[in-house]
Amino acid sequence: MPKQIYLDYAATTPTDPEVLKTMMPYFKKEFGNPSSLHRFGQIALVAIDEARRKVAKFLNCQEDEIVFTGSATEANNLAIFGVTKALKKKGIKPHIITSKIEHHAVLHPFEESEKQGIEVSFIAPNKEGIIKLESVKKAIKENTVFVSLMYANNEIGTIQPIEEIGQFLAKINKERKQRIYFHTDAVQAINYLDCNIKELGVDLLTLSAHKIYGPKGVGALFIKKGTPIKPIIYGGGHEFGLRSGTENVAGIVGLGKAIELGEKYKNDIERIKKLRDKIIEKVLKIPNTRLNGLKEKRLPNNVNISISGVEGESLMIALDQQGIAVSTGSACSSRELKPSHVLLAIGLSPKEAHGSLRITLGRFTTEEEVDYFLKVLPNVVKRLREISPF
Amino acid sequence: MNKRQFTLYSKKVLEHFRHPKNYGKMEKPNGVGKVGNIVCGDVMYLYIKVSKKRNGKEYIKDIKFQTYGCLAAIASSSILTELVKGKTLEEAIKIDRSQIVKKLGGLPPIKMHCSVLASDALLEAIYDYLNKHKKPIPKFLNERHKQIEKEKKEIKKRYKKWTKLEEKLKEKE
Repeated sequence: MPKQIYLDYAATTPTDPEVLKTMMPYFKKEFGNPSSLHRFGQIALVAIDEARRKVAKFLNCQEDEIVFTGSATEANNLAIFGVTKALKKKGIKPHIITSKIEHHAVLHPFEESEKQGIEVSFIAPNKEGIIKLESVKKAIKENTVFVSLMYANNEIGTIQPIEEIGQFLAKINKERKQRIYFHTDAVQAINYLDCNIKELGVDLLTLSAHKIYGPKGVGALFIKKGTPIKPIIYGGGHEFGLRSGTENVAGIVGLGKAIELGEKYKNDIERIKKLRDKIIEKVLKIPNTRLNGLKEKRLPNNVNISISGVEGESLMIALDQQGIAVSTGSACSSRELKPSHVLLAIGLSPKEAHGSLRITLGRFTTEEEVDYFLKVLPNVVKRLREISPF
Repeated sequence: MNKRQFTLYSKKVLEHFRHPKNYGKMEKPNGVGKVGNIVCGDVMYLYIKVSKKRNGKEYIKDIKFQTYGCLAAIASSSILTELVKGKTLEEAIKIDRSQIVKKLGGLPPIKMHCSVLASDALLEAIYDYLNKHKKPIPKFLNERHKQIEKEKKEIKKRYKKWTKLEEKLKEKE
């Protein structure tokens, strides 16, 4: 049996050895504070600027349009609260829009905004997990100022028509009295999809280092020049005054390197996609299973299935006992004992949502690992179904 | 998709999950307890076969379970059957969730309700047996049965939205 098989890349990725190597000096020899004017500080500052340049190049934006944060969650919070705060100061009574299948890092700031008296709309996806342009159009009001939609869903991997929506918003913005700012949480998309902000037509974009073989604890927000935004963290005025706090130099350097490496691994996407399709094909051969989310417009590394008669956490742990790490949208595995909001939003019954399994592949996934998983899964399902009354 | 609590499962829980005892459907049980709700993700069926000992005392000769749920639910069911098998009805009624938890080497706080589910399944099975065979039901058991019924209704109410959704989907099928 292979020792440990990691099929949960959407949760986090291992730091690439090359990334780690690039980071190391900034823990030891080059430990300076980028705000210091002496040599130590200046070396660290140069390193951050270099990382910023790499991220900007990848997104096709200017360097001073990138703000580093402590996480993608923080970047999302900055985008949502920062923009609405700036517009409120202008005396606008804002209406903001998001979808029901966002990550909690967007969903909960929207819920909090609603509590603070901001008008909020949550758009429903279709049954296949796609947010249609039509539903965005319907949700837009005269006082709409902000739309936040994820690029690719973290649970079911469905790819949202960001470019189409971005173009539409750009078009109507020309005639609108109140401009609509467009944010996308692209955390899951960076390694797999085109993230040229000019083509996407977004004003803000969130990314994370640890989902792309970089370190944990670093995120970034692209903010297009001219976008009204206020900080949500106050202090020494780092990151153009938008994110105070001494920079996580090594982490930022790691993010820069991870972005750069991603380009190098572009050719690997086809291989991952083939493995994904193999999993989908074989898993759906198990009776009473279904694929959650559209197969076509889907991240090349994501499989999400529901297996009836089996509860997700049990399934996950049973696989873990066989050395395979995956994840589930079952209620039992969540802190609130509620099944996945994404699966419920695309119309799954709680029963189907409880029996869901997410398998996500990555750079280090081998065919051998996939085959082992495919060998083990039917047996585990069979065993749990024998215990289950359904 | 949070996994924090998994590390808190005891060895015993993992062991019973991996090799559960007395699972599967029982042919001709004379008492059945059905508890839990699929909407919440836990359903437990407990089957008992009650027989008489030489001294005339009724005891649980055989017991089986079917559980849909997380591993705490499966482990709780499994350990319960071990605890109960061979016990007289009098003894079995006294088994409560704290004994299940203790035998399992503890459960994470968020999973405590799984042990309650297991002890409720047992009480319901015994209630069902006594009720079906027109035997006197102890006051405590009667009360607990009423309470379980009430809770079932409350859960249904609480998750009405989900249940409705499920019914709608069933209709489609």
